[in-house]
Amino acid sequence: MAERPAEPRGPVHVDGEVVATKRVGGYRHLTLTAPGVPERFRAGSFVAVTVEGHVARRALWIHRVRASSAFGPTLDVVVDVRGSGTAWLAAQPVGTKVAVTGPLGRPFALPKEAVSCLLVGEGYAAAPLFPLAERLRERGCAVSLVVSAPDEAHLLSALEARRSVRSVTVLTADGSVGQRGTAADHLDDLVRRSRADVVYAAGPTDVLRSAASAAEQVGAWSQVAVEVPTPCGTGLCHGCPLPVVGEDGVDRVVRACAEGPVVRGDRVRWDAL
Amino acid sequence: MSARVPGPVMVAAGCGGTGRELEAYAGPAGLDGLDLVTRSITLDARPGGPGPRLVEVPGGLVNAVGLPNPGLEHFLATELPWLVRAGVRVTVSVAGATIGEYADLARRLSRAPGVAGLEVNVGAPDEAGAGLFEVREPFHAASVVAAVRREFPADRPVLAKLRPDVSRIVEGARACHEAGATAVVVGNAVPAAFPDGRAGGLSGPAVAPIALRCVTAVRDALPGVPTIGCGGVRDAASARAYLAAGASAVQVGTALLHDPTTVARLRDHLTPTSEEMR
Ligand code: FES
Repeated sequence: MAERPAEPRGPVHVDGEVVATKRVGGYRHLTLTAPGVPERFRAGSFVAVTVEGHVARRALWIHRVRASSAFGPTLDVVVDVRGSGTAWLAAQPVGTKVAVTGPLGRPFALPKEAVSCLLVGEGYAAAPLFPLAERLRERGCAVSLVVSAPDEAHLLSALEARRSVRSVTVLTADGSVGQRGTAADHLDDLVRRSRADVVYAAGPTDVLRSAASAAEQVGAWSQVAVEVPTPCGTGLCHGCPLPVVGEDGVDRVVRACAEGPVVRGDRVRWDAL
Repeated sequence: MSARVPGPVMVAAGCGGTGRELEAYAGPAGLDGLDLVTRSITLDARPGGPGPRLVEVPGGLVNAVGLPNPGLEHFLATELPWLVRAGVRVTVSVAGATIGEYADLARRLSRAPGVAGLEVNVGAPDEAGAGLFEVREPFHAASVVAAVRREFPADRPVLAKLRPDVSRIVEGARACHEAGATAVVVGNAVPAAFPDGRAGGLSGPAVAPIALRCVTAVRDALPGVPTIGCGGVRDAASARAYLAAGASAVQVGTALLHDPTTVARLRDHLTPTSEEMR
């Protein structure tokens, strides 16, 4: 691990507040104020939220930031209820105070030139691809987006992205909307057809792995947002092992929350994950 | 010449990352003057154990992290100088496979600029990890402490971190103190199991009353042995409970994973001039 250059704009730990909450399909979308976090946000970074009565924190992808609203800068997160902590979060009404730490982790690296990019996301984890698509478009990149889910209820709405991307492909495993199938089924083909120079992926391991290997086959770069359990999210506990191959070719284990969550797909030791 | 016991608030081993991650949460004073115990450093790099390494349970976390660390050389070349430049008072936690390795670690760390003290982890909940010296028996713990003490300057503290096992804490504290430990850290993960039965250690709020009982036992039996309380410290009240029981300092661990600003807040509240510190 090389020394990192000094980060002038690191994360902050602040008192935030739920200012909007709505159910969207199988998820709960929350809008939070968290002074300082939206301002520092870069696509692919995340927040860790303190949950009442729980020691570990819940890591959430940032779906969108708004520079200004009636509440000032806000950030939107998508909560997938998986246990008592996420259930608590999803149930909180407007006005609930939550301690928010962020933005955390290394975000997606953006290309220096206007290249062709394919973005692949599954389920709620597709969230960071939406702000990424906007950043890429601002740089003149041609962006194609693939969103997948087991079924329609777990698909993040691709509609809002249509303005900033060239094409949107929707996949559901049960065929309830879009094409039937999983990202893994279609990725080789999609990557080849998109002529992507860079493939960005966010989702479960199998999706990331297929994206990384499809990219490698056509000689494209890949950037994957890895999701492993992150009990603290801040790099303190070493509880989020991510096996990678270092720049020097040596196998090592890094912290997904501090040296990730976004890493180069060809650096992940998928078999060890 | 006796060494000063650090504190009153320290970052517990294994809960401060590489140290620099705390900078964003350290408050206006930054890292300057922060008492930090590093994660355990071994001679060679260790990748740590497989995931999941930490699982939340009621009242705390069960962990089996496996002492991931970059090895002594890398630590001395990169992490330590960074921390020293930032003004951190670095206590290095050491772990070895043999007594000779402990002595080697202590010798080399004694020459490294800026090492304020050492902490020997003699209270791991189970085998501290594959290939590490078994130190749970007080006799073995004392042998390790003695080896480290011989190689480390007398004017700098060597801490012995014992697990909060009330039936053996006094025996362990006595043995380590007689072997030259400046202070004993009372409180470490308690032997526990993950929901799937895998062995680990429980830490967090659930451990506080157990560790407090152990601190009290040491104070009653060995009033001359400086103790540092560790386990479930999360606010001024939980820290003061240890100080009131006779501890001269506290270490903050799991609470930092819950709220990374915990140490900054406690530093504000527990200044050495407060009543409890006299
Ligand atoms: S979750 Fe604690 S270090 Fe990554």
